[in-house]
Amino acid sequence: MAGRRTQVQTKLNGEETDFLCEPRQSLLEVLRDELGLTGTKEGCNNGNCGACSVLVNGRVANACCVLGVEAEGADITTIEGIADGDKLHPLQQAFLEEAALQCGICTPGFIVSSKALLDSEPEPDEERVRFWLAGNLCRCTGYDKIVRAVLKVSNTSDNG
Amino acid sequence: MTTVEKPNYKVIGTRPIRPDGVEKVTGKALYGADIDLPGLVYGKVLRSPHSHARIVSIDTAEAEALPGVLAVMTHADLPIAIAGESDDAAANVLANEKALYRGHAIAAIAATNLHDAEAALAKIKVDYEVLAPVLEVRDAMSDGSPILDESRRTKTLAGSSEKPTNIASHNKLEGGDIVAAFADADMTVEREFVTRMVHQGYIEPHNGTANWNADGTLTVWTSTQGAFAVRSQLASLLRTSVSKIRVIPMEIGGGFGGKIGVYLEPLAAVLSRRIGRPVKLTMERAAVFEATGPTSGGWIKAKLGTKDGKITAAEVTMAYEAGAFPGSPVMAGAMCMLSPYEVENFSIDAYDVVVNKPKVAAYRAPGAPAAAFAIEQLVDELASQGAVDPLKFRRENSAREGSKQVTGVTVPRIGHEETLDAALASEHYNAPIEGPNRGRGVASGFWFNAGMQSSVIASVNPDGTINLIEGSTDIGGSRASLAMQLAETLGITYDEVRPIVVDTDSIGHNDVTGGSRTTHASGEAVYKAGLDIQQQMITRAASLWACDESDINYVDGAIVHVSDDDKNLTFAEMASKQMETGGPMQGKGTVMSRTPGAAFGVHIVDVEVDPDTGKIDILRYSVAEDVGTAIHPSYVEGQLQGGAVQGIGWALNEEYYYGEDGRMENSSFLDYRMPTALDVPMIETILVEVPNPGHPYGVRGVGECPIVPPLAAIANAVHDATGHRFTELPMSPRRVLEELHDIR
Repeated sequence: MAGRRTQVQTKLNGEETDFLCEPRQSLLEVLRDELGLTGTKEGCNNGNCGACSVLVNGRVANACCVLGVEAEGADITTIEGIADGDKLHPLQQAFLEEAALQCGICTPGFIVSSKALLDSEPEPDEERVRFWLAGNLCRCTGYDKIVRAVLKVSNTSDNG
Repeated sequence: MTTVEKPNYKVIGTRPIRPDGVEKVTGKALYGADIDLPGLVYGKVLRSPHSHARIVSIDTAEAEALPGVLAVMTHADLPIAIAGESDDAAANVLANEKALYRGHAIAAIAATNLHDAEAALAKIKVDYEVLAPVLEVRDAMSDGSPILDESRRTKTLAGSSEKPTNIASHNKLEGGDIVAAFADADMTVEREFVTRMVHQGYIEPHNGTANWNADGTLTVWTSTQGAFAVRSQLASLLRTSVSKIRVIPMEIGGGFGGKIGVYLEPLAAVLSRRIGRPVKLTMERAAVFEATGPTSGGWIKAKLGTKDGKITAAEVTMAYEAGAFPGSPVMAGAMCMLSPYEVENFSIDAYDVVVNKPKVAAYRAPGAPAAAFAIEQLVDELASQGAVDPLKFRRENSAREGSKQVTGVTVPRIGHEETLDAALASEHYNAPIEGPNRGRGVASGFWFNAGMQSSVIASVNPDGTINLIEGSTDIGGSRASLAMQLAETLGITYDEVRPIVVDTDSIGHNDVTGGSRTTHASGEAVYKAGLDIQQQMITRAASLWACDESDINYVDGAIVHVSDDDKNLTFAEMASKQMETGGPMQGKGTVMSRTPGAAFGVHIVDVEVDPDTGKIDILRYSVAEDVGTAIHPSYVEGQLQGGAVQGIGWALNEEYYYGEDGRMENSSFLDYRMPTALDVPMIETILVEVPNPGHPYGVRGVGECPIVPPLAAIANAVHDATGHRFTELPMSPRRVLEELHDIR
């Protein structure tokens, strides 16, 4: 039966955020069910599809494989924290312009994961993008337009 | 892009940003699992650990007594069962007397806490009498096979068989005289082919949330390809009227045919009725594999004969797994397999066979890819034996306007020849393929496409914009393609049309988003709504100008008098005069389309086979397809690319892998290997546009055809690379090593 709830302090999308969670709840469940941040998606709940990709202290993590209580003291970024107010992140704009989504369920994970790549390597080539994104499954697009969208932003940085 | 003939469109053919795009890239779009409601509780499903077992008894008392558990239900609690009328649909939703596949739903629990619901499943006591399972079609068809349903008899046109059987139906398509044609043939080829069950693999698991009200009305939130299809299935299972059920379609995370049948929605409804609170269920990934989808594996024996370079005869026996209940797409496969060609003499025997696996659902051109895997390899062999280029051989035998299909249907204007020409002329096909263990393959594919029913309403706003109200699930950009067709019809801009997908109470009937039908059929409904608005504007202008309607035309977004240049109003000006000219204007369009326009595709693939590891790499891949008119070319390309990559997965890695106990051993995304970004190259697309004469803008369905050729195209490429012909899927490293080195 329900375990005792633990208070966890995090920085979530730039804001100091406290939440209560049971030890058995994953970070994914906490984000979606306790904090109402449903932009992070569940596709498999065992770390194989990347739909729940979030940034934990700047690194990509599958939120389904992190416990809520493990987020104590962490700086977490979800898809809801990628845009700057109503100004889309260049990756978000590129995904729209390149038609890099069909159903859109994997899109938050791809954008979060791609951001982590470009934050650390601003000019990856196609092979590097494909390697980096191999942890995110998309069943609609065949990846072509997703890879082009990421490369478009990569090239933009290249052009200064 | 190859354009055969095309009017000068203003909006059609452009690539605007989709209306629902920003919500989807910012995480704000709400999918089925994202719903939250006051008082919401959670459901979980107990599933059979056995692939074939008689359910002796189910004891739910201990589970029901647990704190937090609100209700438990079984098959007996479904209103259709209470009415004594249970059917296959009900028995698939919750097992009736037998569990027919591992993962078959046995009972459902509602509890205040998700984890408590999950824990309570262990307290439901089910007494099973475990039976031997049967997993493969040929085993299931043989004498002495375990029988899934003792009351089942084979249905044929001649009647029913006498003995219990797993063969649900046997149909035959015949034409001409195959005996004479094969006797007269100068070349014949014959082989057997085996394909495995594969899953649609949508990333979003199934979900269903229901709120049953005390007045007998029911609201359901779900991710589905067809809100109206969910409504009618629920009305049947719950023994109520469709008018009492409101289905609210949430955004959908992929479907490919697999999100048409209901799984969780009826359980949520019954549990909600029992406890008076909204109930939400979401499915685990393993259950998605074990209990939803998939599409059939099967066995095909096929023989083709030619005379003077023309395919003159085809003889086929094919059997597809239906899963636990009848309904495999074997007939669709039978009707598709010869459609790219003119074949006068043919005989096709098609068997629908039940096995102890999940009941199959539609999957992108259901039945066609496995059929093409067989026929397109034989076509390749005939071309090779005749020393003819494989595309030119197909060109020589191609179906064209006026050709008769095996169904007896005479095809209207189609684009197989144009697509072959585009492939022949492509840079890819003319580039050299060099190096050891490398090869190139091609294959054609056909899909019928569907028309069916759609309804839309277009409300004109005083500021000259339109709200387009539609009921077709948008699974890959159809809001954009429909808004574009309305803008084109009315001569306004894309941005002036705002589309919204609404619930079943808010629009007339719409058939499912499937069969590649939405941009075609809902597009025609949109066109009609646009014409309706044009006419209303003309009528009102005639009244304003005190002239005959026949003196007024609607041209390029304006209402203009034929002879008096001073009398003209733009669409926006007329929209602003609604109040003084008769009140609100709404255009309406409904269709029952019977002219979807068939799709033909030709794929070219270069592979490299690693003889040491058995791994096949896709070096280059091109898709040419007759897409009718590409309304939004980016989303058309996306359909071609996505379909091809699903086909690549099917060809190279994907399969339901079963142990002897009938347990699927790879029911996770780790072990069921779908292609990742690293496994595929860019997918080149050639859009051939041969307009469909059965649509105002020439739209054909495009989405399904691209999964038809890849299996055969890749097998043909692997043959070119290795000299070995793979007739069994998947061409996984293990199989490649076993067959190349004969170490099976």
